[in-house]
Amino acid sequence: MGYTENSKIVPLKRIVTFDPVFLSRIQFAFTVSFHILFPAFTIGLASWLAVLEGLWLKTNKDIYKDLYQLWVKIFAVTFGMGVVSGVVLSYQFGTNWSGFSDKIGNILGPLLGFEVLTAFFLEASFLGIMLFGWDRVSRRMHFVATLIVAVGTIISAFWILSANSWMHTPQGYKVTPGNILYPTDWLAIIFNPSFPYRFLHMTMAAYLTTAFVVGGVAGWYLLKHRYLKHAKVMLSMAMLMAIFVTPLQVILGDLHGLNTLKYQPAKVAAMEGLWETRKEAPLVLFGWPDEKSEQTLYSLAIPSLASLILTHKWEGEVKGLKEWPKEERPPVVPVFWSFRVMVGIGFLMLVTGFLAITLLIRKRLFDSRWFQYWCVAMTPSGFIAVLAGWFVTEIGRQPYVAYGLIRTTEAASPVLGAHIFFSLIAFVIVYAFVFGAGLYYICKLIRKGPRGVDPHDTYGGHGLKKPVLLVPGVKVDTHHV
Amino acid sequence: MFDLSAYINLPLVWGGLIAAAILLYVLLDGFDLGIGILFPFAPSDLCRNKMMNSIAPFWDGNETWLVLGGGGLFAAFPLAYSVLLPAFYIPVIVMLLGLIFRGIAFEFRFKAHAKTRKLWDYSFHFGSLVATFSQGMILGGFVQGIQVQGRIFTGGGFDWLTPFSLMTGVALVFGYSLLGATWLMMKTNQQTQIWARKCALYVLIYVAFFMGVVCLWVPFLNQQICDRWFTFPSMFYLSPLPLLTVLTIFGLFRSLIHFGEIKSFLLAVLLFVLAYVGLAVSLWPWVVPYHLSLAQAAAASESQSLLLVGIILFLPFVLGYTAYSYYVFRGKSTEDAVY
Repeated sequence: MGYTENSKIVPLKRIVTFDPVFLSRIQFAFTVSFHILFPAFTIGLASWLAVLEGLWLKTNKDIYKDLYQLWVKIFAVTFGMGVVSGVVLSYQFGTNWSGFSDKIGNILGPLLGFEVLTAFFLEASFLGIMLFGWDRVSRRMHFVATLIVAVGTIISAFWILSANSWMHTPQGYKVTPGNILYPTDWLAIIFNPSFPYRFLHMTMAAYLTTAFVVGGVAGWYLLKHRYLKHAKVMLSMAMLMAIFVTPLQVILGDLHGLNTLKYQPAKVAAMEGLWETRKEAPLVLFGWPDEKSEQTLYSLAIPSLASLILTHKWEGEVKGLKEWPKEERPPVVPVFWSFRVMVGIGFLMLVTGFLAITLLIRKRLFDSRWFQYWCVAMTPSGFIAVLAGWFVTEIGRQPYVAYGLIRTTEAASPVLGAHIFFSLIAFVIVYAFVFGAGLYYICKLIRKGPRGVDPHDTYGGHGLKKPVLLVPGVKVDTHHV
Repeated sequence: MFDLSAYINLPLVWGGLIAAAILLYVLLDGFDLGIGILFPFAPSDLCRNKMMNSIAPFWDGNETWLVLGGGGLFAAFPLAYSVLLPAFYIPVIVMLLGLIFRGIAFEFRFKAHAKTRKLWDYSFHFGSLVATFSQGMILGGFVQGIQVQGRIFTGGGFDWLTPFSLMTGVALVFGYSLLGATWLMMKTNQQTQIWARKCALYVLIYVAFFMGVVCLWVPFLNQQICDRWFTFPSMFYLSPLPLLTVLTIFGLFRSLIHFGEIKSFLLAVLLFVLAYVGLAVSLWPWVVPYHLSLAQAAAASESQSLLLVGIILFLPFVLGYTAYSYYVFRGKSTEDAVY
């Protein structure tokens, strides 16, 4: 993956030889990838819960309250896992990347400090009221608590993405002897060039992730003929997001890509699998970038399309990887393929929105079984796309931690590789256990459905899966009466 | 670029703020973790439900002080952060893993069947126990001091592991148990409360014992600490501290015997504050003991200034709504599943 001094050695060997930098990278990648799954879900879920509770307050319809109370439990489980996996990260900067902390603590420290002060406390305190405060505060105050938690998740994303973006597009600093960075302009640091794009792209990604989970659950309920009323509301709201937010996300992604082309062209070259700098660069759909022979093998390409997408001109010039010496290039294969996974899922999300519109026009949105299967299959799509997107941007930032300023090899801690090896193993085991249990309880909550609602209470409480007229020789299923 | 260093001693203010954040963490998460430590010894599952409910709305906020302590150290003293954390690599990782098991138990326990609930009970207990013990060992290792050259930790990965740090680890387990037991006296009733009082009395004996051991041991670790406590005139100025501590221990005994609910908890908190102040006085002015002072490890004054503005603007709100949350969930906790 990365380029340390001994980059010729294969990854497996670097693990067995306890290469501390490589092991720290795997450990950080593992813990941060695991963590991002939860915020990606809770950012969207918190906002959706606020909408649901707002609708309940306004319309007084029980269906919104039922949905709120079902999803707030799922929110609590996810949020809890997000908190515990997030605390780990705030200490790993020091345990594994003390060189990084020492050199850029002056710049990024205050940003993370602001995240704790303006977001973490807010979320943590009002989450307590959101979960346990039903009988202790008024309906209005409860809604305010939900709203505050939703805003808190976005404030949190603001600061952490600002800090992360600065590592891609650093500015507003000066370098002092010993390579220690000092801030010179806070606004330039916080609003660094890639931040607005990354912030919006990630927030939208979180909303879409949530929407496709909600849509998947709705599809599953519809398939099983359970909680049909609730499922219809869920599916409608999820498809609304798929129809309107996905195209917006595609545009944001394009803008983000152009920004990357301006500041990190080597990353874009790796994403495109382009080796030679040329005009009318082709868009490589698939292929295998080979770092040894410096070409993309077996490539299936569309002529000139990369130039059109990246420069918005057919004959635009795009820089290839050979522009940079080998030790300045990011690992090409993971960046190239992660990018295709992300874009591929984006395409499937667009298709989902298109299908939803078509079915809506034909009034078949709620009773096309194949579409329900489709929605269930799309449930994890957002998570996969988010992970793939982060792989593109973070692996594409290599061989630097702060782009062009501090190499990853300079950032590591003076800790023995063997110790990191065992901590990595411990994290993998513990996280597998925690994640497994969390997923199990979330599935259990979904199976149980909204509390106090009869799963088949759709046609006047007859306990029938179809309207009475459609059932030959009406029999009442006593089990559900 | 604004810079407040011309008006105030930034490293000093920040040292105070970080110390305060860590103290608040110790007090607030202390009773959470203490309840986790006492958990399997409770007389019934009903009691355990009550215990869990008494902290469920707060634990997340309480743990956030740990993030503020770490994040604040990173922002205000990045050099100390980057020296200390590699030095305590193993206990920090173990603590984090412990906190994971503790944290997830809250959510999972509420949702588990009776059979699997046991699993989360133990996850809660051992997570709390391991996290506390690690924190105690980190504290012990911190007081012992670590090896530093220039800006880098140069010691070994197990330097922190000594008889002294093992002792502080055990001491903190009893300390947090005391906070937990007195919190339960305040927040529960009937059987749970009676049991909590018994625990508190029992644990307090150990806490008093370990405080004595620490007082006798620490001055021998380092000449500076010894001089500070046993030479004039500083000995004279510091003498109220041990006296007050002894008085507080007796007061707490009395309060427990007379069934003081809120008073016992407050006295346990006071005991922790006194011990903490004693430690702070011993270690002053080091942020990486015996190598880097607050001033030497300080971040750029512009960085400390910016975050200080953040603290002034936001910390009052944080304290305000934290207090509000405790107010909303005032009174005795119940044993039912809450939501």
